[in-house]
Amino acid sequence: MPAIEILQLEKTYSVGHLRKSKRVALKPFLLTVEEGEVFGYLGPNGAGKTTTLKLLMGLIAPTGGSARILGRDWRDPEMKRDIGFLPEQPYFYDYLTAEELLAYYAQLSGVAAGDIPQRIARVLDRVGMTANARVQLRKFSKGMLQRIGVAQAIIHDPKLVFLDEPMSGLDPMGRLEVRDLIQSLKDEGKTVFFSTHILSDAETLCDRVAVLNQGELRAVGVVADLTAEVGGKVEVVWQGAKAKPAIEALGGECHTTANLVRAVLAEKQLDPAIDAIRRAQERLISVTPVRATLEDYFLQKLGGGSKVIAGEVKA
Amino acid sequence: MSARIRHIAFNTFREAVRDRVLYNLVFFAVLMAGASILLGQISIDIERQVVVNLGLSAVSLFGVVIAIFIGIGLVAKEIERRTLYTVLARPVRRWEFIVGKFLGLVGTLVVNTFFMALGVFAALLYVARHFERGDLSVAVALYFIVLEFVVITALALLFSSFSSPLLSAVLTFALFIVGTFAEDLRGFAAMTHGAVRGIVTVMAYLMPNFAALNVISQSAHQQPIAGSLILYNTVYAVLYAGAALAGAVLIFERRNLK
Amino acid sequence: MTARRSITFAFAVLLVVCLLGQAATVHRLDQMRPEKTLEEVLYVPSAKVLQRLSLGYNGLLADIYWTRAVQYFGTRLSSRTKSTRYDLLYPLLDITTDLDRNLIPAYEFGASFLTQTPPLGAGQADNAVKLLKKGVAANPEQWRLYFDLGFVYYLNLKDYAAAADAFRQAGSMPGGNPNVLPMAAASAQLGGDPRVARALWQLTYDQASQDLVRKNAQAHVRSMDLDDAVPYLESKVAQFRAQHGRNPAGWMEMARAGVLPGVPKDPAGDFYRLTADGHVLVQHPDKFPFATRGIPDTE
Repeated sequence: MPAIEILQLEKTYSVGHLRKSKRVALKPFLLTVEEGEVFGYLGPNGAGKTTTLKLLMGLIAPTGGSARILGRDWRDPEMKRDIGFLPEQPYFYDYLTAEELLAYYAQLSGVAAGDIPQRIARVLDRVGMTANARVQLRKFSKGMLQRIGVAQAIIHDPKLVFLDEPMSGLDPMGRLEVRDLIQSLKDEGKTVFFSTHILSDAETLCDRVAVLNQGELRAVGVVADLTAEVGGKVEVVWQGAKAKPAIEALGGECHTTANLVRAVLAEKQLDPAIDAIRRAQERLISVTPVRATLEDYFLQKLGGGSKVIAGEVKA
Repeated sequence: MSARIRHIAFNTFREAVRDRVLYNLVFFAVLMAGASILLGQISIDIERQVVVNLGLSAVSLFGVVIAIFIGIGLVAKEIERRTLYTVLARPVRRWEFIVGKFLGLVGTLVVNTFFMALGVFAALLYVARHFERGDLSVAVALYFIVLEFVVITALALLFSSFSSPLLSAVLTFALFIVGTFAEDLRGFAAMTHGAVRGIVTVMAYLMPNFAALNVISQSAHQQPIAGSLILYNTVYAVLYAGAALAGAVLIFERRNLK
Repeated sequence: MTARRSITFAFAVLLVVCLLGQAATVHRLDQMRPEKTLEEVLYVPSAKVLQRLSLGYNGLLADIYWTRAVQYFGTRLSSRTKSTRYDLLYPLLDITTDLDRNLIPAYEFGASFLTQTPPLGAGQADNAVKLLKKGVAANPEQWRLYFDLGFVYYLNLKDYAAAADAFRQAGSMPGGNPNVLPMAAASAQLGGDPRVARALWQLTYDQASQDLVRKNAQAHVRSMDLDDAVPYLESKVAQFRAQHGRNPAGWMEMARAGVLPGVPKDPAGDFYRLTADGHVLVQHPDKFPFATRGIPDTE
């Protein structure tokens, strides 16, 4: 049974008070996520990722289409016992302590009263917040809130976990912890559906990804398959500066360290590059194939309307 | 189902307490104590009446203010702050959320009124030296005040489900005033004719009705209060609050959260 | 999906049922406690306190009390309900005029309905005088209030000297009504004469602005006229009996016999009834609440 089936869900907003104009937030699309997968939902801001999640959670109503989660209608309240949700930039009741918040959510999700204390202890340990169990949430930093956010998403041991930008607001250590957590969730047999615009996370963690842009689903598949579409690159290292202009003309960005120059070029530019280095009579040190990244995929496929800066997609 | 409602209600109560709502009891205690001592000094022969009138009016006023101030934010605040997202992602039905919030605020007001009642009776004992049978009316008056809170809370919650806190506060407060004069409104309606009469009558019967719930003066004069009045007032409060809550549920079920 | 629709349906039904139910309950509550809201006026410590409590909105509060009074007493006066709470009338009018000293209609209402005896009034002439004296003090330029004061002195307290004095003031003040001056003279000289009373009621009818007060004055005038007409007509019947040895069969017979010029009409414009034993009665006794002649039960 698929964990998630999106069946032509769409969402259009009417904007304005007197003269209503329509804004399409999400165009209808089909998507299936299998059980046990870690699925990445990628796209720039405003692409419709959060809209999709809000539709699936029943926070907003679709203008068309439907969905099934764990084989049940997406609006079925009983199904929600088996799913967890971490929203983007979550806010929680800041007058509660971490323990109280988790207890409240566990109660609402139907966890037996007797089990709650141990579950809380375990989950706090898992997200590294045991020391702050009795601290009121109003005193938490953004990173701490994010961890509690993950904690409340899994306190009731759901089969399927939805995470909207789980890495946002975290320092590199924190991001690593979240990555490890997602991996451990997968090891437990859970399905994880998370949206992000940090591509490197998606590459390492996800079994499959979907790419969304301007409300439209642009691609779905295994990362390797997607990047294969885009073609590989090579890294060329040589000694000397004379060949630099020629290499740059071929599209390679040159980085110089001492007198070694590194440039990354498209595979098909390899031969002209080697020729240029030989013509400059400089010494070739190494040629290494570099795997295409999702970054490359984005740049190539999505082109107009999105940029990739430091490994993140920006609209 | 009822467990979730219970949990939401308890959490709403907890929020009110941590919001330092119960501190109003301190002011109330000071007020009652001050009034009693003052009355003890001057002898005007109507100390009992003053204590009951002042005490019960303060209970009513403080409670209405609390009911409105907290009530208007019950839903609106959760939507604004997005604390609702993680709640609705759970098996909580939207109607359970509304009912739970309602019961939580009413519970807060009942607790608050209970402590205030202790204050009123303490002050009464102080100025009158002993209780009389007629003082039972004061307990009934307090019960009616709680029924008043039930109606106002339901109204504040209704408005909270679709409008901003400021607008909700104004509307709820306006309905509170109208409700105090609802009897007059119905009287006016009876004096009009034709199509106007139909419209005004319908409007008059949609308004909340607080006249029958106010027996403060009677209890100050130790007059007995009919059992049938207690029964009908209870039925009234339950039905009116039920209507307002049903309205809130119907609106909230359809609401797209931002 | 159907679960969602059934929730909507259930709560929609609940909404309708509760709305109708609460309206019915309110209706029942109103019936259970008809004067309760008015009664609270008995418990108000003083108008001054009320004024403070109304936070400056005392004009509005006065209007509300006044409207309550008119609404309650108006309906009951028309139907002459026996259980009317007249004990509330004076406190209501007193509070109203304390909150708003210039609410003239309240004084006028009191002049008519505080003085009359139940079931058409409170039967409290002294309270009426108190109210009017307060009104006159606060509104010295209102000749109507002096007129009403004189009215009460004359008809209810039989203090003809005080009445004459009040009428004189009403008639001679700047902006006053000169038609009242004859009343001053009449009170002084003919105190007790029913013609003066009738003139006073007629004057009230002419100048009153409130419907209830005017209708009341009209009823008095008609009743007094009826009390004059019936003995006259019955004497004509006796005259016919003396001439023909039996009671007349009807008015036409009396007209043809030359005893009467035509078929007489009562002061309300309806025909009289002539009974077999020679009594004259009116068709609609409720139009003459103050009459002592011509009313079926009393004859």
